[in-house]
Amino acid sequence: MDNALYRRRRLVNSFNKTMSFLTVAFGLFWLVWILYTLLKLGLGGLSLDVFTQITPPPGSQGGLANAIYGSLLMTLFGTLIGTPVGILAGVYLAEFGNRGWLAPTTRFINDILLSAPSIVIGLFIYEVYVVSVGHFSGWAGSLALSLLVIPVVVRTTENMLRLVPNSLREAASALGAPQWKVIMSVTLRASKAGVITGILLAVARISGETAPLLFTALNNQFWNSNMNAPMANLPIVIFQFAMSPYEDWHTLAWAGSLLITFSVLTLNILARWFGSQQTSSH
Amino acid sequence: MSTQLSSSTQKPRTNLDPLFRLITRCFAFLVLALLAAILLSLIQGATPAIKHFGLGFLTNASWDPVAQEFGALVPIFGTLITATIALIIGVPVSFGIAMFLTELCPLQLRRPLGVAIELLAGIPSIIYGMWGLFVFAPWFADHVQPWMMETLGAIPGIGLLFQGLPMGIGVFTAGLILGIMVIPFIASVMRDVFEVVPPMLKESAYGLGATTWEVVRHVVLPYTKTGVVGGIMLGLGRALGETMAVTFVIGNAYQISAGLFNPSNSIASSLANEFAEAEGELYLSALIELGLILFFITFVVLACSKLLLLRLKAGEGKES
Repeated sequence: MDNALYRRRRLVNSFNKTMSFLTVAFGLFWLVWILYTLLKLGLGGLSLDVFTQITPPPGSQGGLANAIYGSLLMTLFGTLIGTPVGILAGVYLAEFGNRGWLAPTTRFINDILLSAPSIVIGLFIYEVYVVSVGHFSGWAGSLALSLLVIPVVVRTTENMLRLVPNSLREAASALGAPQWKVIMSVTLRASKAGVITGILLAVARISGETAPLLFTALNNQFWNSNMNAPMANLPIVIFQFAMSPYEDWHTLAWAGSLLITFSVLTLNILARWFGSQQTSSH
Repeated sequence: MSTQLSSSTQKPRTNLDPLFRLITRCFAFLVLALLAAILLSLIQGATPAIKHFGLGFLTNASWDPVAQEFGALVPIFGTLITATIALIIGVPVSFGIAMFLTELCPLQLRRPLGVAIELLAGIPSIIYGMWGLFVFAPWFADHVQPWMMETLGAIPGIGLLFQGLPMGIGVFTAGLILGIMVIPFIASVMRDVFEVVPPMLKESAYGLGATTWEVVRHVVLPYTKTGVVGGIMLGLGRALGETMAVTFVIGNAYQISAGLFNPSNSIASSLANEFAEAEGELYLSALIELGLILFFITFVVLACSKLLLLRLKAGEGKES
């Protein structure tokens, strides 16, 4: 046996195995570094004021209450507008999508929209809504966010409905239920946890999005609950504060970043948990 | 379907199935229409700029709102070069991670490690930007950049790339952060496609005495190569359109230079910085044309990615 060759192969193998292990360490290194930074700089800025005071002018005390409120409101409406569209389109793809040209094309385009640059979605809403209304508004922001919700929900709804065993549909049909009833009260109900996973993932995605809000919701220094006016929101306030030269604004921006990141990561983990409930029940 | 059976014995009821089918079909169609609407509205918004500058817009390197002189060369260049750096860093790392998660990792650790890597994708891009600007860039400028300029910058040829002001921000930093951001996307596609390799193939290779690396290199990779390329294209699509992280660290200067440590600009960051404050029809429309170019590039890249992944799926189980 050629010992040199054998040694070389083993050497290459252990070298590549070690590199593979190091790449995982490399990936985790950034995750840990970013989370550590957020905790170190964010916890210092976090106080009750952050939740009760509105965004301050430079040099005075304040919080992020109006931005948190605006973000919650726009995320809520974005989800409410986008989810039904996504679920119904997902139902079509899963239940009626085996024939014809529409389903494969929609599936293809949906996957592209899923990764399309979110700033372009902002431009689109600016073009079709902000320009015609004449001013920036919370509704424009919600619309932009809802367009990001749709592809996520379509994708997960379809995948989850496909997990439902056909025997369940056949049993319901055999009892005489029309197809719409089979879908609404059997198939969709059976994949409830899966559909919720999709919605949670979509909420997680939009609650950290900044780019689509830049020219739709804009920003607002004051407390505003009128969806028809420019609206403060956490990502844009963070952007504005971080880019400013003021130290106290930076502190608030870090506090806001901590809030956003941990809510998004919590939502992600929650969504995974719901998802595993769904897949393990079949 | 089976509803016909009952209608003969009971009083006839209206069949709602076609209506339900039509409604869901409309919503599926809406998703398609959305893409068309985005494209049309961008083209419409960009028309003044397209008419005024023509094809020269793509090759003009100046961007001067005062003189109403706009060209897309710098942002396009910045977008492509940062995405390239992102792939150079992201692809090998993602490959290593996918290999580790499918071939080497103990079973109990697979899930938690996979989730941890995917959490990188959950961190909002503005956080990457802020962290990059306030934490990473100063550290990079103090500890890594001078060293890179001395060693890599001294190599003739590629040394030119590692020149510039060691300020921490610039094209290289933007590319590096993008690289970190695309790792979870590429790695999760690679992991998924590696998992479809039939165990029989791998076991045969192991049975012939192949090492883990040889199995990955000569069995797994050839079997999944379309999927791997699809995953890389997906990462590229993400990197091209990423906005906030790049806006923070690229430096926002309309200049092109060989040195990667110099500031530049990307399409997405130009839009993020200037659109809300842009005055005048031509200025706005030039920015929208930038958006149109970005949308077009990412569309082509993502479509290629999707087609490759579909091809892998269709070829599953067949001889590769």
